[in-house]
Amino acid sequence: MAMNTQGRPSAPLHTPDPGAYDDTFSGSRGLDQAEPLIFERQTYDKSGVDFEAPKGKPSRLGALERTDDLGLPGLSEPEAMRHYVRLSRKNYAIDIGLYPLGSCTMKHNPRLNEKMARLPGFSDVHPLQPQSTVQGAYELIGELAHWLMTLTNMPTVAMSPKAGAHGELCGMMAIRAALDARGESHRRRVLVPESAHGTNPATAVQCGFFCDEIPAGPDGRVDMEAFKGKLGDDVAAIMLTNPNTCGLFERDIRAIADAIHEAGGYFYCDGANFNAISGRVRPGDLGVDAMHFNLHKTYSTPHGGGGPGSGPTVLSAALAKFAPLPFVIKDGDSWRMVEDEADAKAQGAEPFGRMVAFHGQMGMFTRAMSYMLSHGADGLKQASEDAVLNANYILARLKDVMTQSYDGLCMHEALFDDRFLKDTGVSTLDFAKAMIDEGYHPMTMYFPLVVHGAMLIEPTESESKASLDRFCDTLEALALAAKAGETERFTAAPRYAPTKRLDETRAARQPVLRWTPASADTKAAE
Amino acid sequence: MSTRFTKDHEWIRVEGEEGVMGITAYAAEQLGDVVFVELPEVGKTVSQGDELAVVESVKAASEVYAPVSGEVVAVNEALEGEPAKVNESPDAEGWFVKIKLSDKSQLDAMMDEAAYAEHTK
Amino acid sequence: MRYLPLTDADRAEMLDKIGVDSVDALFEDVPEKARLDGTVDLPRHKSEMEVERQLTRLSRKNISASEAPFFVGAGAYKHHIPSSVDHLIQRSEYLTSYTPYQPEISQGTLQTLFEFQTQVALLTGMEVANASMYDGSTACGEAVLMACRITKRSKAILSGNLHPHYAAATHTLAKYMDIEIKDDAAKPGGLDDIAADIPDDVACVVVQNPDVFGQVHDLEPIAKAAHEKGALLIAVFTEAVSLGLMKTPGAMGADIVVGEGQSIGVGLQFGGPHVGLFACRNDRNYIRNLPGRLAGETVDADGRRGYVLTLSTREQHIRRDKATSNICTNSGLMTLAWTIHMSLLGDTGLRTMAQLSHEKACELADRLSAISGVELVTDAFFNEFTLRLPKNAADVVEALAEKGVLGGVPASRLYPGKGYDDLLIVAATETNTDSDLDAFEAALKEVL
Repeated sequence: MAMNTQGRPSAPLHTPDPGAYDDTFSGSRGLDQAEPLIFERQTYDKSGVDFEAPKGKPSRLGALERTDDLGLPGLSEPEAMRHYVRLSRKNYAIDIGLYPLGSCTMKHNPRLNEKMARLPGFSDVHPLQPQSTVQGAYELIGELAHWLMTLTNMPTVAMSPKAGAHGELCGMMAIRAALDARGESHRRRVLVPESAHGTNPATAVQCGFFCDEIPAGPDGRVDMEAFKGKLGDDVAAIMLTNPNTCGLFERDIRAIADAIHEAGGYFYCDGANFNAISGRVRPGDLGVDAMHFNLHKTYSTPHGGGGPGSGPTVLSAALAKFAPLPFVIKDGDSWRMVEDEADAKAQGAEPFGRMVAFHGQMGMFTRAMSYMLSHGADGLKQASEDAVLNANYILARLKDVMTQSYDGLCMHEALFDDRFLKDTGVSTLDFAKAMIDEGYHPMTMYFPLVVHGAMLIEPTESESKASLDRFCDTLEALALAAKAGETERFTAAPRYAPTKRLDETRAARQPVLRWTPASADTKAAE
Repeated sequence: MSTRFTKDHEWIRVEGEEGVMGITAYAAEQLGDVVFVELPEVGKTVSQGDELAVVESVKAASEVYAPVSGEVVAVNEALEGEPAKVNESPDAEGWFVKIKLSDKSQLDAMMDEAAYAEHTK
Repeated sequence: MRYLPLTDADRAEMLDKIGVDSVDALFEDVPEKARLDGTVDLPRHKSEMEVERQLTRLSRKNISASEAPFFVGAGAYKHHIPSSVDHLIQRSEYLTSYTPYQPEISQGTLQTLFEFQTQVALLTGMEVANASMYDGSTACGEAVLMACRITKRSKAILSGNLHPHYAAATHTLAKYMDIEIKDDAAKPGGLDDIAADIPDDVACVVVQNPDVFGQVHDLEPIAKAAHEKGALLIAVFTEAVSLGLMKTPGAMGADIVVGEGQSIGVGLQFGGPHVGLFACRNDRNYIRNLPGRLAGETVDADGRRGYVLTLSTREQHIRRDKATSNICTNSGLMTLAWTIHMSLLGDTGLRTMAQLSHEKACELADRLSAISGVELVTDAFFNEFTLRLPKNAADVVEALAEKGVLGGVPASRLYPGKGYDDLLIVAATETNTDSDLDAFEAALKEVL
C-alpha cells in the first residue's frame, strides 16, 4: 500500500508532561494568536485606503494647518483584517454560546436586522436632509413608535434617547418638568429599591433629585410597609424595575402605582427586564407613567461589545406633553419632524428640551422593527413566554444544588446566591471564572446587591432545551465539585481562556489608559 | 490615650488636642485592595458623622465618616501615590486625617479595642 | 417561528419539570386584570421575505446620499468607508458580545478599546481619552458637567457658533444640576468675542472648531483667556476629519476635547448610532471625573499583558447616586468601526482624505460664490462653508432637492427665528466628484 504522507496520524505518540513547556516560542497558542497593539508595528508610512491624488492647492485654513504628524499608524487591508480578526477570537459572544448575563437579555441577533439596517435608504441618509427626501425614514420611526405604544398601552413615546440610561433621563426629566409645571418643584425625593440598577440613582441625581432607598422584603420584592412609610408631599417619584432585578414580578405593582399617585408622585418603570412580559403584559395597564425600552435587550439589536443602545421612552398622558424634541408627526399625508420649540408649542407640546443632536438611533430602530415585524404580536408573546419558561427550567434544575435566593417561581431570570458555597473556599467570582473554563460566559455576579454573592442567570428564549440541559449539567457538576473540595478548579480558573485572571488592582492603582512610545521603551528595557 | 473605634470601622488616636484617624484592619480586609483614597482639604471643619473621605477598591467605594467633630489639620498625602498602605498598615502608615477636636467628650461614647473586637466578631 | 428553538414537546417537558400545568402559571404574580387574554393589537409574525419586502419598500421612499450629488453636513458628514470595516464589525465575536465585564474572554473588545482610546488621544492632541459617549452632543454636555466638577464652579459659557443642537443637549443635561449656562450670540463667518469677558467664576468656555458655519478659529487666545480666569477650555468638533489637516485642539491649549466621530467608520445612519469622542488632560483630577468607561492595561496571573475596564468607581454601577454620569452602554460597536477605519487610514490616509475634502470644498465655494448674488460668508474653513443667498435658503434647498441635488442645510433649520433665512451651510468631502460639483453649480444657478 502506498503511503500518503499527508495522511499521517496526528495523534501524539506519547503525551508529554503538561507542565514541561510553559509557553510557546511565538506567544501564540494554536488558534489563539498573540497580537500586539497596532502602535507597536510603527508603520507610519502606509495606508489601507487609496485616494485620488490631491491637487496640492494652497490651503484656506488661515494659519491653522498642522505641520507635524499625529503618530497614527496605518495598516494595509490584509494587515488590518488579520489584526482585528485575531483580536475578535479572544471574545466570547452569543453566537458562540449561552451568555446568561442577568438583566442584559443576551438573545440571538437575527441577521435580517443587520441586512435591513444597511439598506442605503436607511443607513446612508443624513438627519438634516430636506424632509421630503426622508419620508420613509420618518414613517419607520412612526411605525416603530406605534408598536412600542401598543405593546405598552401608553399614549406617547419619545424616540430620541440613545440608550437605556438616556431613556431613564428622559422619563425622569419629563417627571421633573411635570412637577415644575404643577408648581411642585419642592418634590425632590425619589424612592429607589435597594435592588435597583445603578443607573436609577445616578439618573435621579442628574435631574436634581435625591434618592431614598426602599428595602426589599423577605420575598425579594418591595417592602410595602416601608414603601408606604416613605410617601410624603416631598416625593417626586418611585423608580422601579419590573420584573425586578431579582427576577421577580412585583405582585403589588398596582397598589404601588396607586399609592405613589395618591401621594402626588409619578411611577417610573425601568424597562430593562421587559423581555419577560413584552406582548403579554402592558405597563400602561399597571399604572406606569414612564418606561424606557432597551432595544438592544428586548428587541434584539446587537449588544456590540457595549453598545450602541437605544432607549425609546413611553410616557403616560400626564407626562406626554413634556416629551423632548425632536419628534415625528403625521401631517396630512406626509410625515414631518418637529424640531423646534415654537413648532412644538403649536402642536400643544411643552418639551423639556432636546437630549441629543439628531433624533435617536435610527440604525437600531430599523433592526428593532425588523425583529418586531418578524415576530408579530403572536411571536413577541411566545418569545416572552419562552424566556420565562427557560429561566424557570434552569431554576427547577439547579435549585437543589445551588441556593435559590427567594422561594417560588421566577420570571425571565433566576437568582441564586453563594450559600451553597459556604465553607468551600470558593467565592461567587471563583465559580464564575470556572464557568469560563467550561465554555460559558458567567452570569451577572454580585448584583443585585440585596443577596450575598449574587448569581443572576438570564437564559433568554434563544436557547434550546438541549442547550439548557448542557448548561445545567455543567453548573450542577461545578456545584458538586466545589462542595467536594476541588477548590483549585475554581481559584485557579480560568485556565483555558486567552488570559489568566487579570490584575485589576494594578490597573486601577497605576492607570495606563493609552499606549505611549515611552511606555513601549520602558517595556523594552525590562 | 488609647485608640477609640466607631461602629463604622474608623479608629482615632488622640494626643493632646489632635487626633489621628484611619480605617481599621477589619475594614481594610473587607474592602480588599485599596486603589484610591479621596481625602478632604486641610482646614475643612467637620461634624461627627459627616462624610470625611472616600476609600475605593476595584469594585467598591465606601464613605469614611468623621469619628469626631473638629477641623482637618493634616491629611496623609502619601496615600495618593501608595494607597496600598491602607492594606499594609491600616493603623499606622495608612492613616487618613489628623483632626483638631472641638469636643473631646465625643470620645467617651466610642468603643475601646476590646469592645470593637466584640463588634466585629 | 424561526428565532425560537423550543418545540411544543420541549415546552411540555419543561413545564413538567418545573411542576406547573401551563405557562400561565408562570405569570401568576401579574395582577389578573393586567393579564392579556390574547395578543396585543398588532400584525402576526412574518417570514424573512415579507419583512424584507416591507422594509425595502420604506427605504426606497428616501433619497440616500450616494444616489445624488450630496453636500449636507452641519454635524454629520458623508465620507468613504472601506468595505473591510463593515465586514469586521459584523463578526459574531464583536457584534454579539456585550460590555467586557469578564476580561479573560473579552480581550478582543478590550484591546480594541485601548487602541481606540490611544487613537482618539493622538487625533485630538490630548493625553487620554475614554471609551466613547453616545455622540458628540451628549459628550459636549458631559464635558461641561465634568468641568464643573473639576473646577468646583457652576457656570459655563457656550460659543454662539457651537452647533445649536449641541448647545441644546448641553442645556438639557445641565438643566436640573444648578448650573448656569450663558449662550453667546452667533456670528456667521466670525466668532463671538468669547475671550474678552470671561468672569472669574466660570468653570468652562465651550468653542466649536470648525464652527457650525464652517469657519475655523485659533483657539489659543481663548485657552489663554480661560486659563487666566481658572476656567477650562472645552474644544468641540463635529467633523473629525478636519483634524487630519488642522492643528489639534490639544496643541492650542484645550483642556477637554469632545466631538462627533461619525465621519470615521460609522457613516450617516440618519443621525444614529454615532460615536462621541471624549479626551482630556492626564491629570488625576480630570481622570477621576471622567464620565463613561475606560480600558486600561495590566497583566494576568502569568504576567502576560492584558486589558481590563478600570477606574470603575466613577461609574453608576458602583457609585450609584454619586457617579460621574449615568451612562452605562456607550457606542461599543461604533468605536470598533472607528478604530478599524482609523487603523486603515493612518496619518497618511487621514491627511489625504482631509486634503481632498478641503480642496473640493474650496473649489465648490469659489464656483458657487461666483454666481451672481451669492456671497461666501466664511473666509477660512475646512470642508464646510456658509453662503449668503439672494433667496430663502430653505426654499432653495427644497428646489435643489427637486432637481436631484442635496445641497446643504439652511441655517434657519438650526437657528429658527434668528434671521438667518438667507444662509446656506454647505459641506464637501472626498466622496464628491467633479460632476457632483458641476451639478450643484448648474442647479443653484437655475434655482436662483
